[in-house]
Amino acid sequence: MERTISVLIESFPYLLGGAGLTVAAVVGGMLLGLVIGLPMAVMQVYGPRPMRWFVQFYVWFFRGVPILVLLFLFYFGLFQLLNWNIDALTSATLVLGMASGAYQSQIFRGSIQSLSRGQFRAASALGMTDGQAIAHIILPQALRLSLPGWSNEYSIILKDSALAFVLGATEIMARTQFVATRTYQHLALALAACFIYFLLTWAGVRLLRALERRVSVPGFGQAGAK
Amino acid sequence: MTTPDTNPILTISGLNKTLGGKPILRDVSFSVQPGELKVLIGPSGGGKSTLLQCLNFLHEPDSGVISLDGEAVDYKSRKTLYAYRQKVGMIFQDYNLFDHLTALENVSLALRKVKKLKRSEAETRARQELDRVGLADKASLYPAELSGGQKQRVSIARALAMDPRVILLDEPTAALDPELIGEVLQVIRSLVQSGMTMIMATHQMGFVRTMADEIIFMQDGCIVEHGKPAELLDEQRGSRTLDFCTHLSEFENGAP
Repeated sequence: MERTISVLIESFPYLLGGAGLTVAAVVGGMLLGLVIGLPMAVMQVYGPRPMRWFVQFYVWFFRGVPILVLLFLFYFGLFQLLNWNIDALTSATLVLGMASGAYQSQIFRGSIQSLSRGQFRAASALGMTDGQAIAHIILPQALRLSLPGWSNEYSIILKDSALAFVLGATEIMARTQFVATRTYQHLALALAACFIYFLLTWAGVRLLRALERRVSVPGFGQAGAK
Repeated sequence: MTTPDTNPILTISGLNKTLGGKPILRDVSFSVQPGELKVLIGPSGGGKSTLLQCLNFLHEPDSGVISLDGEAVDYKSRKTLYAYRQKVGMIFQDYNLFDHLTALENVSLALRKVKKLKRSEAETRARQELDRVGLADKASLYPAELSGGQKQRVSIARALAMDPRVILLDEPTAALDPELIGEVLQVIRSLVQSGMTMIMATHQMGFVRTMADEIIFMQDGCIVEHGKPAELLDEQRGSRTLDFCTHLSEFENGAP
């Protein structure tokens, strides 16, 4: 028992360092997913048919393949083939981002489609271009409505990021495994990993909830409230 | 049609529109003089709403020509279309305020983004328009915090801020509780008095009787008849309009 505690205390800073890498991969992945997902949602709702097909294909591919397989496909496959020298953590971030883009595009599409048509028409009737109506009327509302789905996406990506371990990225999961194989404290270290993941999920979801409240507009997005 | 000695602001000729294989507008033609209030009346599904939406190309007409100040609108050109829409305001039955913006931002947004005014100029102008519809004190409220009548007045202020030549109103009081209709009609009445040119679909017959310059009665996508309220609503003449309005008031009074 004493040994378990001393292993945990000694390795904790090391594990937290891994948490830093995990957070970097998750934040990077979420942001890349946003940059990919938002235009895709707009294209899928408002774009011409070929664009919609492209988005559908992208979403179909990235949602249809397990993250683990995507990691192998890109890190050991495509990036090698193209002779891109990208380290494991960056590769994992890119793959998480590309996959998240597929999921996020559908979060945003759902929000966009939940808005009434009338507001777009009102914007058009004032002489706004479609781009202006989307930028100033549709997206500010759709993004607000997307925050609950986005916080879901965060908690999923956070846990998917543990798979980066298989590429050799020294994030939380990899570091707990390193320490466990050296000290044989498997249970305690797995619990430590659990604890760190719980903490990161809780903190991130709290943060997004705070953001949701901060940008909330009186009476907006409460259509289903009692 | 009326006062042929002046040039019409808006001329509509031979407008046709088919939606989902069903003809909605059939060869609709009329013209609107400056300062005129034209009222569209007729059974629902008769084409009033589609006509108004075609008039600022929210629906593209299948054929026909719409001219503003004698010039046919080339709506296929985006630039012409956006410029035209700035000159033709639209008021919707269900207000269509921008839900994430305050009353002030609702009115000032297009001034900033379309007319490219500075924020301060746009807000000054927006406050004037809100004041004009009696909502100066509601500028910082969001749509969800306003009553239906107030929302519709904000949407009128939003249209007025663009300095339109013509305003189209699609049953602006149809979604309102009876006690809120008066405040919106009052604002529209003051617009008539200030000489604004308007085309309005409405069934508020008291208002139509006193304010309209001409009634256009539409049914099955056609203009069935048109004329001054005094003529069309004259009990001696037995017009289709009068017939329809009689049924309307029976319905409103709860009689079969």
